[in-house]
Amino acid sequence: MTENAPVITVTNLIKQFGRFAALRGITAEFAGAKLYAILGDNGAGKTTLLRTLAGLSQPSSGQVSILAAREFRDICQHIGYMAHPSLLYDEMSGIENLEYFARLYGIADGTRCAEVIRSVGLDPDLPRPVGQYSQGMRQRMSLARALLNDPKILLLDEPFSNVDAHSATEMARLLARIRDEGKTILVVTHQASLLENVADEFVWMEYGKIVERTHALKAESKV
Amino acid sequence: MSAPTGITRVTLLKDLRLEWRSKDAINSMLFFSLLVVVVFAFSFDPTAEESRQIAGGLVWVAFLFAAVVALNQTWAREIRNQVLDAYRVSPAPPNSLFIAKVLGNFIFVSVLEALMTPLFIMFYRLRALGPAWQLALVAALGTWALVVNGTFFAAMSLRTRSREIMLPLLLFPFSSPALIAMVQATTAILNGEGAHFWIVLLATYDLVFTTVCLLLFETVLNAE
Repeated sequence: MTENAPVITVTNLIKQFGRFAALRGITAEFAGAKLYAILGDNGAGKTTLLRTLAGLSQPSSGQVSILAAREFRDICQHIGYMAHPSLLYDEMSGIENLEYFARLYGIADGTRCAEVIRSVGLDPDLPRPVGQYSQGMRQRMSLARALLNDPKILLLDEPFSNVDAHSATEMARLLARIRDEGKTILVVTHQASLLENVADEFVWMEYGKIVERTHALKAESKV
Repeated sequence: MSAPTGITRVTLLKDLRLEWRSKDAINSMLFFSLLVVVVFAFSFDPTAEESRQIAGGLVWVAFLFAAVVALNQTWAREIRNQVLDAYRVSPAPPNSLFIAKVLGNFIFVSVLEALMTPLFIMFYRLRALGPAWQLALVAALGTWALVVNGTFFAAMSLRTRSREIMLPLLLFPFSSPALIAMVQATTAILNGEGAHFWIVLLATYDLVFTTVCLLLFETVLNAE
């Protein structure tokens, strides 16, 4: 597969929660080695789209194909997912959390956890439990967890929320570096300006649909 | 990917570590059981003979209610910060998680039983007329019956709004055959009567429910 061939293909994706349709027939392709910023108001369906791609939510109808596989179990090894909550145990330190998750992915290399924690700008020897981290540190540790299995596709939900401006810029640079290594990154965010010079494409969602895809950030979004 | 047994082991160790640090489950269970022992001992003040008749029921009801506390805690940790989603997106098999949770709860409830049994014996002046080793077998089989069902139903009620009420509502009716077998077996052993039938019933119950829970757990885990 060439780097820019589609790695994610979504066809007429519909997700209903009872009578409410969170996704209303999304058809889209996302190419390899690109960084996509998914933008839209609250309730536009951004998080639902990301959760569906991550295999956490089953589509009501339509198809999702990731790395040419239809079954999420076949490719979950290649997906990194970061949600709005941290997906970390508050009572354990960062390295303890990552060592546990590393085992779930069969990562035996003991240095990988420390390496990935350093890559997000944190100290792997910090003994404090994650529950005592600042919100920004927790976000970065959560990103480290998503990067742990060296995924080909990275799905990030609000990675910059509650992160200070300097750290958020650092995180955006890190994402650009990861994209340059050939990974595909989908970032749901309300802080689009952080990705202005980083994202390859801005995907605009409204009422459960993709309404526009642009290569540059629209002026009204530069907040 | 690690072998399923390896994932079960690390998940179990992680749960034991979390419980060691928080002591959420064990403290609540101990407090509840202690309360039952003391209140009933002072309310009834039974003779040795009466104790042998009622102890089976009393002991298991105390352990059942106390176990519910641990069972509620076991998944509460996983939904705090939505950590369960991190497991779900990983290639780790769902049943490794289930078995780790069951084993963890089995250890917590067994620790409780080991701590509370001497108190029961002291307060109710208990002395088994039958083979006492059979009590250990009934305790192991009975505890397994409670925790395997309890862990499964606690996972089922995870996404319900009032999950702490849902768990006993689901668990108690399904566990009643096992509970009856535990009580009857314990009472029979204490009174020097044969408990073979009840022990076999309990073992069969464990086998059937463990199999059913393992077959259905993946569906429960991925339910929305």
